[in-house]
Amino acid sequence: MRLNSFGSKFLGVAAAALLLAACESTPETTGTAAGAGGQGAAPATTATAPTTTAPAVTPGTKADFELNVGDRVFFDFDKFDLKPAARATLERQAAWLRQYPQKTVVIEGHCDERGTREYNLALGERRANAAKRFLMSQGVAEARIRTISYGKERPAALGSNEAAWSQNRRSVTVVAN
Amino acid sequence: MSTTTNPIAALRHVFVALGAGLTLLFLAVTAATAQIQLDLNRGVVQPLPIAISDFDAESPRSEQIGKELAGVIRNNLQRSGLFQPLDPRAHIQAPSAMRNVLPRFQDWRVINAQALVVGRVEATADGRLRVEFRLWDVFAEQQLTGFVYATTPDNWRRIAHKVSDAIYKRITGEDGYFDTRIVFISESGPKNQRQKRLTIMDQDGENLRYLTDGRYLVLTPRFSPSQQEITYLSYFNNRPRVFLFNIDTGQQEVVGDFPGMTFAPRFAPNGNKVIMSMAQDGNSDIYAMDLRTRQVQRLTSDPAIDTAPSYSPDGRFVTFESDRGGRQQIYVMEADGSGQRRISFGEGRYGTPVWSPRGDLIAFTKQLRGNFYIGVMRTDGSGERILTEAYHQEGPTWAPNGRVLMFFRETPGDAQGRGARVRLWSVDLTGHNLREIITPGDASDPAWSPLSP
Repeated sequence: MRLNSFGSKFLGVAAAALLLAACESTPETTGTAAGAGGQGAAPATTATAPTTTAPAVTPGTKADFELNVGDRVFFDFDKFDLKPAARATLERQAAWLRQYPQKTVVIEGHCDERGTREYNLALGERRANAAKRFLMSQGVAEARIRTISYGKERPAALGSNEAAWSQNRRSVTVVAN
Repeated sequence: MSTTTNPIAALRHVFVALGAGLTLLFLAVTAATAQIQLDLNRGVVQPLPIAISDFDAESPRSEQIGKELAGVIRNNLQRSGLFQPLDPRAHIQAPSAMRNVLPRFQDWRVINAQALVVGRVEATADGRLRVEFRLWDVFAEQQLTGFVYATTPDNWRRIAHKVSDAIYKRITGEDGYFDTRIVFISESGPKNQRQKRLTIMDQDGENLRYLTDGRYLVLTPRFSPSQQEITYLSYFNNRPRVFLFNIDTGQQEVVGDFPGMTFAPRFAPNGNKVIMSMAQDGNSDIYAMDLRTRQVQRLTSDPAIDTAPSYSPDGRFVTFESDRGGRQQIYVMEADGSGQRRISFGEGRYGTPVWSPRGDLIAFTKQLRGNFYIGVMRTDGSGERILTEAYHQEGPTWAPNGRVLMFFRETPGDAQGRGARVRLWSVDLTGHNLREIITPGDASDPAWSPLSP
């Protein structure tokens, strides 16, 4: 499901409302960043949101970036080289950043839990830096990109299986302003 | 010595100054040859049956402390795996019946005690607590050791640990590790928003204290050899950096002014330096910073990941991990960075090397075919020995006597991470006596303190 790759908690309220209207089974939201108290507040939002047109995401916003560009790319176990799908996503990110030159980003590097803590901090740094170098090669100024490694401290998927781990070996480009 | 008939009169007035207002007095040993000896270098040691009598006292308050003191000592010795403290309900001779006289050894032989600990607690006129104990060889009917301690009443647990250390040392010939603390990370909350707090406790889990409030992610704390300082990684202001934490004052300060993330810190054996990794442009190398001069020395410059450095106890060498050979392996170098050489060549990944306080071994985490192992090898990489295996465990830390390792072990949860559990465990160097360390909640990244001063 494509929703996973965005992470439900990053979805804007309008996008969440659209999904609620479109899906029988409500996605499990963590209820934090999505705001508005999660499912309890959903009906009111649904009532006011247009359900027949595309989601009302303002171009040039964090939500626009996450929904229409894709904020993350994935890596193989103990690797930090960019796979073709990762490069495609980063190309879109670079294009977006060229279009909105006042925007800066923080690239987070993350790992799965199948490594030791300190090694994973170093590996997360490598992954964040690989994404950063690619954006720079696509014309994004270095000064607009900060990196931070979280090692295995902030997984996106919570399970302890390959499906979860493959979601967690990632870099996430977070629009900072 | 002329005191064999009345050992109670044999107080030799040798006072030793101890930290935290503790004073210690050696109770002279009768001229005995040791009958009881546990050899820790033999594989499996049969636990020694030992009776620890409740410490005798004349006031109800001291009597209560006397009972609790004996309980802490029993618990310490029991958990060491080397002793089998006998149930006090089986003791025949009452503590008060041994006041100022020799124990009735026959009564202790009946319950099969090989060693006997007899103690006494008194509140002194100046409001302090005076605790004395004697360790007896029940079969030889001889005193093996004895000490008198004086301290403030609220400090009684430390006396119990010091007595435990004295018993351990007399019986095994090695220093104990009971008068020590553990610094670790307390964990709570869902996996993707884990709250982590720097936490300190006595090695038996008592006196637990949170040192940070959980607002910032904190990882990998390590004790200073001087004991009152911890170095650790904090994500304060979203900038992961190595910090120092002063346990007495609560003061925190960042170590050095580095352009990139600093992590994996450890103190040098003399406490004057912190060695750590710094990541820049995606590459992690090892640096040492002198804490007084603030001078920084770069020890590795390799495009690979170089991290998890740990000094040898004499400060001459550093062991670290690197993936310069293709995957995580253990290396050793001189303290100035010269002579870097790989020492681990086994199958799998080797990381988190920690030099033993005795200098002869390096403990590590090994990953092989989906499992994690804690093991030890000699400092040249030979003699690899695996101590424990689990789904996930890592980060060994040595007891100051180099006989016990503590680490953390994680059991996975369901698809949403529910039911996952991460706890501290300890295991003897022999691979025996594997135990969970009881903590109030999830716990990781343990570091053992040196023996308290």
